[in-house]
Amino acid sequence: MNAVLHHKGVLWGFRTTLLLYMLLLIILPIAGIYVQSLSGGLGVLVESLTEPLAWQSVWLTIRLAFMAAVINVAVGTVSAWVLHRYSFPGRTLLNSLVDLPFALPTAVGGLMILLLLGPNSWVGQLADSMGLRIVFAEPAIVVAMVFVTFPFVIRAVQPLLEEADRSQEEAAHTLGASKWRTFFQVLLPQMRPGIISGGMLAFSRALAEFGAVVLVAGNIPGKTLIASVYIFGEIESDNPQGAAAVSVILLTLSFLILWLINTLQAREGRS
Amino acid sequence: MHIEVRDLNKWFGQYHAVRNVNFSIEPGQLIGLLGPSGGGKTSVLRMLAGLERPDSGEIRFYDKVVNDVPPQERGIGFVFQHYALFKHMTVFDNIAFGLTIQKWPKDRIRARVAELLELTGLSGIEKRYPHQLSGGQRQRVAFARALAPEPQLLLLDEPFAAIDAKIRKELRSWLKSLIDRVGITSIFVTHDQDEAIEVADEIMIIQQGSVEQKGTPWDIYKTPQTPFVAEFIGESTILTNVHTLKGFDSTSAWPNSKALIRPEYIEVGRVGELRLASASERGIVKALHFRGSEWLVEVAVGELTLKTYRTLENPVLQIGEEVQVLVHRIYLFNEDDHWVMENPLKEDPMPVHI
Amino acid sequence: MTSRPPRISRTGKSLIGFTYMLFIVLLLVPLLQIVFGAGKQGMGSFTQSLLRPEALHAMWMTFSVVVVVTLLNTFFGILTAIVIVRGDWLGRRVRQLMNSIIDLPFAVSPVIGGFMIVLLLGPHTVLGAFLAKVGMPVVYAFPGMVLATLFVTFPLMVREVVPVLQEIGTQQEEAASLLGAYSWTTFWKVTWPSIRWGVTYGVVLTIARSLGEFGAVLVVSGNIINKTQTMTTLVYQDVDNFNIAAANSVSLVLAVGSVTLLLLMEWAKKRKGVQADAH
Repeated sequence: MNAVLHHKGVLWGFRTTLLLYMLLLIILPIAGIYVQSLSGGLGVLVESLTEPLAWQSVWLTIRLAFMAAVINVAVGTVSAWVLHRYSFPGRTLLNSLVDLPFALPTAVGGLMILLLLGPNSWVGQLADSMGLRIVFAEPAIVVAMVFVTFPFVIRAVQPLLEEADRSQEEAAHTLGASKWRTFFQVLLPQMRPGIISGGMLAFSRALAEFGAVVLVAGNIPGKTLIASVYIFGEIESDNPQGAAAVSVILLTLSFLILWLINTLQAREGRS
Repeated sequence: MHIEVRDLNKWFGQYHAVRNVNFSIEPGQLIGLLGPSGGGKTSVLRMLAGLERPDSGEIRFYDKVVNDVPPQERGIGFVFQHYALFKHMTVFDNIAFGLTIQKWPKDRIRARVAELLELTGLSGIEKRYPHQLSGGQRQRVAFARALAPEPQLLLLDEPFAAIDAKIRKELRSWLKSLIDRVGITSIFVTHDQDEAIEVADEIMIIQQGSVEQKGTPWDIYKTPQTPFVAEFIGESTILTNVHTLKGFDSTSAWPNSKALIRPEYIEVGRVGELRLASASERGIVKALHFRGSEWLVEVAVGELTLKTYRTLENPVLQIGEEVQVLVHRIYLFNEDDHWVMENPLKEDPMPVHI
Repeated sequence: MTSRPPRISRTGKSLIGFTYMLFIVLLLVPLLQIVFGAGKQGMGSFTQSLLRPEALHAMWMTFSVVVVVTLLNTFFGILTAIVIVRGDWLGRRVRQLMNSIIDLPFAVSPVIGGFMIVLLLGPHTVLGAFLAKVGMPVVYAFPGMVLATLFVTFPLMVREVVPVLQEIGTQQEEAASLLGAYSWTTFWKVTWPSIRWGVTYGVVLTIARSLGEFGAVLVVSGNIINKTQTMTTLVYQDVDNFNIAAANSVSLVLAVGSVTLLLLMEWAKKRKGVQADAH
């Protein structure tokens, strides 16, 4: 019995509408990709995946997304801690800025990086004079991924810090633990679930990122062509088979991560 | 309102929360559902309210089966454990909610709410929001809100659980006198025996989904009908070898039975202090605990350790002191049976008339 | 929160300095770059690139998608959240499954999200061909763009409302029903006031996401000028055509919109917090 969902007819209508909506919007399309990838038989799927450009793009994406996630874990943890622990002028402003990458269209983010680090900017020219390539090369892709996934770790760690009892830290001090020791043995374990799930979310989002990367990567096949751009290219050149094959790899990987995060969170919630 | 419950059953998945519950309640009574947490009391209450559907059995109000009547139409007032006040509404709006639903005219609503504010002693704070109230005030608001539409039956789920111990006692007697004044049939759930004994006209003891006993607090205390009730109500010690106690040697005839002894079944005094010397026996004071208004004395009698009270009026005992112990009665039980046994030696063979 | 140390150690100061640097370099400078970039080319060129017919049309498309998606997503999002938290008639297993399904769009690359719709409803499919015949083509048309954006934004509203519903519990709703209120009244008078700031936050998130959606829309819309081009896909095309100045102008408009939304987000979050504290 339930106070809001009481009426029988309303209930039936709710259920049907909702299940249909979820089926049509989410389940059917996702299933469609898997079906498409196998529609030519397993052989065709394997063939599409052994295409060097395909697996190179997948591997490149995983590698760079992992780098971006590691960077975010490092700077995100420190930022979250600083924003929580210290009060200093501008703290509220910085805290609001964290969400900027979520609010900003990814294409705009890509353009910003292009303008900032591109061949016409002073950073780009400086790098050029040192023989480094930023834009249309791997560094720009990592920067784009870091930018887009920046909020994840911070936003996952912050609530844990809010919840954490300051007295635990104080207890460690009274027991003679130094500041660094307290940080590593008391604070870090408290932040760990957030660091892990935030890092994994960042990784999975970086794997999927398209808008910011497509503008700065240069998309040179086999070199700076990441998976989602590869998929886009295959769709554009009317090769749904190839697109579906890479999509399936990327999707499965993302679902695995999502599942991992959920199990981890469920376990945290129970303990 | 006359309430009749027959063979009520409720399952939550595999868990049999309410088992074959039967009872009837006369109009105007104040009933306490007492029992350990998770024993099914709240489920019974929620089924009466229509918030939960019974899996089998009948609930009758005024001889009419109400199983299929939705909560909106049962005309019941319900006070939730944590009050469930509408957080975004003022005290006034909370109390007026049921009346607005019934589309009372505005001036009548105002009059009725004012009346209830007066009755619950909340006048002057009707513009506040729930988070600005103390625990006791919230409880009063919840109470006023439930009473506003003039229900026939008032259900209260652990009404005092969320209140500080100190105010709790005050609120208890306030609630009892208020319910008496309004004259409404009421049922409340509690796991606190003091609360049930103090407030209820009748107590129903519920354990593992079944009603163990129903009766006035005095009846239940005096003649518990199951070992569970005997143990649950009041303080007690459970002993196995009571046949060693003076006057209870005949209990050796029931070798598998256990005895339950309450502190108030036992009298303790310095040698010569007790009147029925012939029925008493010797013991040694093992420990003394000051309980604020009395002493709790632990006495060793042979192999057994008994607990009893001693008033502060009598001379203070010392640990190790030899004392006289008189056991007035014990409550015996085994798997099949249970009975109260008075000390046969108390019938003084040579009464002294003064 | 209240007992912060009064003095900040040297380590603390350098950490704060680091955080400031990070935020300035990673977030603020790029944002200002867009502003100055547009300023450098001058007001005339800025308005000129915005007044191009394709730019005006793109703005109109973006606006339409945002409005339709926000309305639909808010409605279905609230409905889904209520069913997941309160729909005990569905059984725990089913609701847990629904709960996991909701997060799936988070894990799907937007490009794939668009591709899925093309596969399912594209002109080569039976359903797509049929819909095109009856005059309602989905792919390379407005409905497809809405669908793609709905897919991407679906979790946002649900994820905001579910925790609030769980937190407020069922007792207030039960109290209302015992006082005679039926579902509809209970929802509007008791449930809605409790979830409204969560919903507001969800709406702002949905607007932000649908305003900025790029990958999924790019694939589904085909990026046809003056027909299915949105602001974000226009930026992409301008960059592709090396018309950086025009891209910059459109981006500035988008960025201003995003920053406004960011401020709204902060405001809604604060209100949500105030409501959560007022227990």
